[in-house]
Amino acid sequence: MSAIDLAASVRRGEVTATDALATALRAIDARNDELNVFLHVDRDGAEARARAVDDAVASGRDPGPLAGVPVALKDNLCTRGVPTTASSRILEGWRPPYTATVVERLVAAGAVPVGKTNLDEFAMGSSTETSAFGPTRNPLDPERVPGGSSGGSAAAVAAGMAPLALGSDTGGSIRQPAALCGIVGVKPTYGLVSRYGLIAFASSLDQIGPFATSVADAALCLEVIAGHDPRDTTSLPEPAPALVDHLDDGVAGRRVGLVSELVEGADADVVAQVERAAAALEAAGAQVVRLSIPELRLGLSAYYLIAPAEASSNLARYDGVRYGRRVAADELGAMNEATRTLGFGDEVKRRIMLGTYALSAGYYDAYYGQALKVRTRMIEAFRRAYEQVDVLLGATAPSVAFRFGEKTANPLAMYLSDVFTIPTNLAGEAAVSVPFGTGEAGLPIGVQLLGPGRSEARLLAAARVLEVAS
Amino acid sequence: MSRLSRDEVAHVAHLARLRLSDEELTTFTEQLGQVLEHAADLQSLDLTGVPPTAHPFELRNVVRPDVVGESLDPAEVLDAAPDAEDGRFAVPRILGEDL
Amino acid sequence: MKSGWEMVVGLEVHTELRTATKLFCSCANEFGAAPNTHVCPVCLGLPGSLPVLNERAVEMAMSIGFALRCTIAPSTFHRKNYFYPDMPKNFQISQYDLPINSSGYLDLPDGSHVGIERAHMEEDTGKSTHLGASGRLHGAERSLVDYNRAGVPLVEIVSAPDIRSAAQARLYVAELRRVLIATGASDGRMEEGSLRVDANVSVRRPGAPFGTRCEIKNLNSLRSLQRAIDYEADRQIELIEDGGTVRQETRHWDESTGVTSTMRVKEEAEDYRYFREPDLVDLAPDAAWRDRVAAALPPMPGVRRTALLQHLVDPTDAQREAVEVVLDLDLDRYVHGAAEAGLDAATALARTANEVAGAEDGADRLSVEAFIGTLRLEASGQLSATQAKTVLADLLAEGGAPEEVVARRGFTQLASDALDGIVDEVIAANADEWSRYRDGDDKLAQFFIGQVMARTRGQANGKAVVEILRSRRG
Repeated sequence: MSAIDLAASVRRGEVTATDALATALRAIDARNDELNVFLHVDRDGAEARARAVDDAVASGRDPGPLAGVPVALKDNLCTRGVPTTASSRILEGWRPPYTATVVERLVAAGAVPVGKTNLDEFAMGSSTETSAFGPTRNPLDPERVPGGSSGGSAAAVAAGMAPLALGSDTGGSIRQPAALCGIVGVKPTYGLVSRYGLIAFASSLDQIGPFATSVADAALCLEVIAGHDPRDTTSLPEPAPALVDHLDDGVAGRRVGLVSELVEGADADVVAQVERAAAALEAAGAQVVRLSIPELRLGLSAYYLIAPAEASSNLARYDGVRYGRRVAADELGAMNEATRTLGFGDEVKRRIMLGTYALSAGYYDAYYGQALKVRTRMIEAFRRAYEQVDVLLGATAPSVAFRFGEKTANPLAMYLSDVFTIPTNLAGEAAVSVPFGTGEAGLPIGVQLLGPGRSEARLLAAARVLEVAS
Repeated sequence: MSRLSRDEVAHVAHLARLRLSDEELTTFTEQLGQVLEHAADLQSLDLTGVPPTAHPFELRNVVRPDVVGESLDPAEVLDAAPDAEDGRFAVPRILGEDL
Repeated sequence: MKSGWEMVVGLEVHTELRTATKLFCSCANEFGAAPNTHVCPVCLGLPGSLPVLNERAVEMAMSIGFALRCTIAPSTFHRKNYFYPDMPKNFQISQYDLPINSSGYLDLPDGSHVGIERAHMEEDTGKSTHLGASGRLHGAERSLVDYNRAGVPLVEIVSAPDIRSAAQARLYVAELRRVLIATGASDGRMEEGSLRVDANVSVRRPGAPFGTRCEIKNLNSLRSLQRAIDYEADRQIELIEDGGTVRQETRHWDESTGVTSTMRVKEEAEDYRYFREPDLVDLAPDAAWRDRVAAALPPMPGVRRTALLQHLVDPTDAQREAVEVVLDLDLDRYVHGAAEAGLDAATALARTANEVAGAEDGADRLSVEAFIGTLRLEASGQLSATQAKTVLADLLAEGGAPEEVVARRGFTQLASDALDGIVDEVIAANADEWSRYRDGDDKLAQFFIGQVMARTRGQANGKAVVEILRSRRG
């Protein structure tokens, strides 16, 4: 059942939140051992929330727009008293003393957080293979990755364990796993959703967004979590935009740009589906043009300097002093080093070192400084494109879900799986991945719709057209 | 840019408080070198006069009023600490550095 | 200072700001609370927490900028990255290439002028207690950290290398401290560490380029500042004269032994990897905001000093010192009030700097009118100097009007009726002296005044005594 239908049923008293939760927990119990989706299932907390929703319904109080909808949370979102690890050994056992804004908003809307999902360690990865607690398996083919870094959240929705999930997207970490798991994923405009309580990877790029089985569910979830938060300085000043009301706006008269750089190098089955999506939009009344934005080719390089640079600083706090794990030593420096050496996995170490290098004296201008200028170029290039078209179209990922171990030996190959999603993060803009057709081995393919900042309503309406046409 | 050296990786690892075995040092030097080589496409660009972008959207002057709010319960905070004593976080002896 | 040498000093002064809350979170900014009671996810650097800038801290930083005649410009925040357990995030949020205040100056009471390079905002660190033999870091077995101070707002004021003596350095810090207190941004307490000074010291032959400098830390008082700078300059001169070279390093001042010693050598210094703090946005106060802050500033000590000295002709050193006391205790209004009422400014200054300044919280009870009234009674001879001081003491203790105190103390009677009789008794008892006085030895007036004072326990008016003596001499 969709989140919208479920919430409507709960609000009408036809289904209890407690029953909806029981259904979700049964789905989790049936496959979690096999798929490794949830790192922690918060049964007690979820049951208490569900009862509170049922009480509200019984006593005639408004239980909220997401009444009784089970939600899975990526385990880099802080939840008070509930283990939060970012899939890292270094945070094993940590229970935050506070809750992320997005989680507070979900709960206030009647949603029932069921647990914390697996991710690439500190969201650094594209396959959920860098998790310290083992990889998550793709529910559609357990021999393959679910994508990443929000692989657990994507898999939870794809496996029917929760109708909605939250992920975070720094370079594609919502859209790419959504594509690989055959569901909808939204990377909102930077600042639309509060980052307060999101364990930072790269602060100027990170955004929280929803996973759902339908565009409408994603829109509703985004409406609930979006809007200004005084605890996040970078939060946009305005309240949440109306999204659900615009879902059926269609694309008639819209100009859509099919971007050559956003299919370049993708597998043939992926390219074919993007072409088919362009045709579907055209059939719905859009005017499709083909265009090239050469600056997008620079995105990957800029991203793999900027994100690690910020990460190297964001992750300095994990030193064994205040929380999380400590590896004992008889002297502070040795303790810090032992804690971090044993607490972080290789991918995290690689990025910390890369970022430290890019910021260090003598290299800053050549690497980090240059990347920031490329970022300016990227923003200008998008701005020029949006003078010509309303929405950009491309692939979300270069291929369908790949097999375990296929890219772990070569970090650069893994990084390349983010090549189509990264530019949106660098520009701070919005993008949606919507499932559209299948490819190799019958696995789903996602196409990506990109728009300027604050264009979520437009993008979701276009995604809805593709969802219907699919 | 010249190729990343083992010494540079060792230095960066020290700055980041990471300890690498000889074998890891070799592997990481190789892998990081590849990523930096890929980034060489940026170095060839002439971006003179292009301003850097550190923030995607230029908000300004976001401040909060100077009003005291809730602090955390010290017991809860210290309970999360790997080691604590006398209401404080405890660390092993500190060599060198500041006084 | 050895002749043929010149010292070059630049000072870095950190002041905590007197905000209600910390720089980036709403925890109380309060000294002396139980450890780790003023902490939250933000100032503990918990994963997922984000900083939000304190508006009042920005205003205080701007106040300091205005007071130091700085340019107040759009600024940004950076992260300064290094590992230290006092620093919860292992980076400090500070301002780097674009500080809020730059290019100002401070005029010192001796007429010298010290440039201010910048005055930027940053967050304070927590505080470690070192357990072990000495209570100092070296030799400690274990350290305990309290994060109450972590995130407290600081402004760091960096002077130009314009200072040429330890005495001038001391004068600069003393004057800067007065300015900071006047802005309301700082309590100026060096002993509590809310005002902290680091000194960069180098030496050179006059006219030669700057020498290599050493940074001296642990200067907890004006006295240690002055001693440490003198010691350090002498050390460097001796080193160079012995054929050595000064190494750029950070040195620790030991107040008990009176020497500086190496803390760390600059070559070992960290690479701080400064970059823009992505969790904060630009700070660009508009003209309206800046004007509002500037308008709320009281006059600065330099301006007040000039105004006070203006009342005096050729002020003595003692009077200059008295002016500083008046400035520090914010008692200008008494001196100005008396001077404007046509009373002797020197007397007003002396009474203010001694009697008024000496009474704790007395200024709360002594109105300017009562002060003027008292001085007027003294000037007209109705009160002796001693009586006037007694009246002031009573007013400072209990408030009220001088006439009430005069009546209660019976000073009026003594002044008008009793004095003639007492003077006559003194003349009768000292016939020798009286005849010499009558023959023109005026110096003996002092003798008679002393005798009268002894009999009246100091309550007679000296001027009135002289007048009676003159009338008796005919």
